[in-house]
Amino acid sequence: MKILVVDDFSTMRRIVKNLLRDLGFVNTVEADDGLTALPKLQAGGIDFLVTDWNMPGMTGLDLLKAVRADPKLAHLPVLMVTAEAKRDQIIMAAQAGVNGYIIKPFTAATLKEKIEKIFERIDG
Amino acid sequence: MSDDTRLGLAKQLVIALEQGDDASTDQLLDDIAGVRETQLFREVGKLTRQLHDALGSFAFDAKIASITENDIPDAKERLNYVISMTEQAANQTLTAVENLLTVSQQLDSEACILSGKWERFRAREMPYEEFKEMSQEITQHFKQADERLLEIQSGLNDILMAQSFQDITGQIIRKVIDLVKNLEDNMVGIIRVSSAKKVPNKDELLGPVVPGIDDKQNDVASDQVDVDDLLSSLGF
Repeated sequence: MKILVVDDFSTMRRIVKNLLRDLGFVNTVEADDGLTALPKLQAGGIDFLVTDWNMPGMTGLDLLKAVRADPKLAHLPVLMVTAEAKRDQIIMAAQAGVNGYIIKPFTAATLKEKIEKIFERIDG
Repeated sequence: MSDDTRLGLAKQLVIALEQGDDASTDQLLDDIAGVRETQLFREVGKLTRQLHDALGSFAFDAKIASITENDIPDAKERLNYVISMTEQAANQTLTAVENLLTVSQQLDSEACILSGKWERFRAREMPYEEFKEMSQEITQHFKQADERLLEIQSGLNDILMAQSFQDITGQIIRKVIDLVKNLEDNMVGIIRVSSAKKVPNKDELLGPVVPGIDDKQNDVASDQVDVDDLLSSLGF
């Protein structure tokens, strides 16, 4: 299981990576916005995408839309971890096909729960 | 037009009238009136420009007023939130470190005592009764070490999570920097008294919700439970 973690703040990427390792996901790669993430996704081999929303260059929502529009990536599970808490925005993300939505600041337990839920649904 | 010129024109006019020179009289009257009109137009032009400039600076004043009334108090609240978040993170980290130091000191002192006893045992200086005691102590130590290492791991995780403030406060401070820049632009604008207009961006992302500021309209999710409820209402 290879996971791509996308966030413009390196501290946040480190935190997410560490939490994922704690949950048993040791194979992670990083990108600092949608523009750098997309080529990594298109190169293949990524099984799960964890992305922030508000990033320079290309936002997480645009990245999500690009993923869903690409036939090769369309089924990639995407978890959004973001400070954006406006109801309209959460609905936008849901409509764009996000698999999970976590608002910052979050806890390790929340991340675990959302990831488990996403895989439960995929496996089930 | 100077007084001398006017006097000169008036004298010429009197001469022309005395001589009954109608053509010259008309020409001189036109000249005098023309000078008047030119001056009037110039004055009106000046007034128009002043009015335009005043209206321009008024538009800036309104923006500055909105910044002072809303944005600056907002920014103060945001910065206060940054202080409280960083303080919270620092406290969380310090608490974890203090606990971890105690745990590691306990482990260290136990290991020291046991290692001293172990050396005596290896040097065959330990009576059987004491060996039995030490064996129990070692068992006990392994059990406790296990628990304490778990404690250390959980403390380290707390420290890790505490660092997440940097992302949130970074975003908030960026917003305040934007505000300061905006204010600066406006001040420069007032000095220049230009009529350039800045159109607000409606698609702007809100960023981290600062309690008491961004949740006033009740259109934001206040926590993860709120998000989960909203998503489940959408069939998630």
